[in-house]
Amino acid sequence: MVKRHPVRKAILWGCITTISLAIMIAVGSRELAHFDAALVAYTFATLFATFGITYRYTMWLQRPPTAMYWKRGWQMFFKPQRLLTNMRNLFTRTSSDFAANRFIWKRGKLRWLAHWFIMWGCIVAVAITFPLVFGWLHFASVPGSLDSYRAYLFGFALFDFPVDSIFAFLMFHGLVWSSFAVIFGVMLAMWRRMRDHGAASVQQFVEDILPLILLFAISVTGVMLTASYTWMRGYAFDFIAILHAITVIFTLLYMPFGKFFHIFQRPAQLGATFYKDAGATSEQAHCRRCGEAYSSRMHVEDLISVQKQLGFRYEVAGEVEHYQWICPPCRRAMFVLAQTKQWQGNFGDQMFSSMHEQPAAPRFGNPVISEGPLGHEDQANLHF
Amino acid sequence: MPEAQYEFFIDPSRCIGCQSCVQACSECDTHKGQAMIHLEFVNRHYSTQTAPVVCMHCDSPTCAEVCPADAIKKTPDGVVQTARKPRCIACNNCVLACPFGVPKMNSGAELMMKCDMCYDRTSIGKAPMCASVCPSGALYYGTREQIEAQRPRSMPINQFQFGQQTISTKVHMMVPRTAQPEHIDVLSAMHDHTSGHDIFLMMHDE
Ligand code: HEM
Ligand code: SF4
Ligand code: SF4
Repeated sequence: MVKRHPVRKAILWGCITTISLAIMIAVGSRELAHFDAALVAYTFATLFATFGITYRYTMWLQRPPTAMYWKRGWQMFFKPQRLLTNMRNLFTRTSSDFAANRFIWKRGKLRWLAHWFIMWGCIVAVAITFPLVFGWLHFASVPGSLDSYRAYLFGFALFDFPVDSIFAFLMFHGLVWSSFAVIFGVMLAMWRRMRDHGAASVQQFVEDILPLILLFAISVTGVMLTASYTWMRGYAFDFIAILHAITVIFTLLYMPFGKFFHIFQRPAQLGATFYKDAGATSEQAHCRRCGEAYSSRMHVEDLISVQKQLGFRYEVAGEVEHYQWICPPCRRAMFVLAQTKQWQGNFGDQMFSSMHEQPAAPRFGNPVISEGPLGHEDQANLHF
Repeated sequence: MPEAQYEFFIDPSRCIGCQSCVQACSECDTHKGQAMIHLEFVNRHYSTQTAPVVCMHCDSPTCAEVCPADAIKKTPDGVVQTARKPRCIACNNCVLACPFGVPKMNSGAELMMKCDMCYDRTSIGKAPMCASVCPSGALYYGTREQIEAQRPRSMPINQFQFGQQTISTKVHMMVPRTAQPEHIDVLSAMHDHTSGHDIFLMMHDE
């Protein structure tokens, strides 16, 4: 079993990804021929981040509930009879939830606007910088033609383009555009965090504010570099370059620990949707108290096994077998009734327990106030 | 940190089902417009008994343990917070695993939401929204001395039994002092329908 050496396994995977990346840098830059020596520090920070992120990811995957979801997510995805639908859903969900962040829109429009700009700004910036830093992508002037450039990917010539074209302008200023996007997004996020009482009460500096400051610092120093060589004849260029390097390197080192880890963790969201799809069309679990369906049988059985691995002992003697077979509304009702039972006799309260039929499912008090259930799953939870 | 040690005491048997807590809860800043407290009719056919349920803030929270995304965190003062927003992948594990049936699932937003004991308020010494409006004292926030003085016949307990599993919680439930139970065995109510009194109106001859 993998459980015996979780740390060793994580170190092993960390080394595998880090060494693979190092080899790709060496090969992709044609034995470092196109590698810019000024970028050594960036490269080492990236290698460290790669190790840290893989380490944390591997540790995370070995927690019982995560391991269960990881396994089931893939199983459900590759189920032959579901594969076609799953492929289609993968495409729509990747575009709506990942590219468009539709679910964040549902959480709040301001949250969405901020996140969408931060995310796309960072994706564009990363797509430009990393290939350049690693020497995978480089530009050189075309021999015999002073006014065009040639793009090379992994050392292979890709295409030529004129130096003064709009394409060249957009291309060489890509980092400026992405910085503007990030700055805009960060300002919106900060604005929300400063005004929203709910956010203010639970946010923590290292967890919530620091990532925003880092993104802001990277983008601002980056734009300052462009400003320095474009309009100020390179004024303080070296100083700004060092400042920029510090912010980027610090962020890379912070990646495995803080909030940015969600970038790597988030795809698990897709696994959860495939699992739920499969659950919805399979056998349902019926509450052993009220008899109503409340989830898929597969989910309940998986949870029972996860809880056992975690050391919980929710086993119940008799026909219930395991507390997991009781639906959430009946749990709430029994919790209250168990207290009522304690008071029985004290105030002459009478328990209605002698009736022959199964206890009825508890019902939500008042659907009119507080907007009722939060969605179809909440509706099932409330036996609406 | 407030000087006096304020604690949350619940006594569902006092609940009159007035819905004040539900309304107050939905005004909380951390989940605007949505109530996190559950208020249900236990068995509407037979009785008006209602069940107000808030998060009990377990000492070792099942919800957090079964979360595949590490999205549920406990504060140093023992409050189990709602899902961390960038992390929760809406898998529903916590909703199904919480022994008290507390978490709610906000499907479109892909986010679990639950009672965090009004952390914005309780962390600065104010009562949770629900306790501040409850007219019957079913939800009570105060010091141990206060509750003892006001409810001489009751005592607080925070141990709950679910089959073989004992769960201890930060929030306390009031039980009769005379009974002195070690814990509340939740499954003891497995076959109970509700509580109340039969009223025979003698409308038709028997
Ligand atoms: C380069 C990629 C990304 C970056 C730099 C990034 C950055 C951030 C930052 C800084 C926050 C915190 C915003 C705040 O302080 O309010 C955040 C929140 C969040 N991110 Fe990302 N993110 C990225 C990609 C993604 C992706 C691909 C997803 C999932 C599809 C995602 C899901 C989330 C969610 C759910 C939140 C919480 C939003 C909320 O409800 O407030 N992120 N992200
Ligand atoms: S009562 Fe439920 S939601 Fe609250 S801490 Fe315990 S397990 Fe988690
Ligand atoms: S629904 Fe969210 S908070 Fe609950 S267990 Fe799943 S990932 Fe964790």
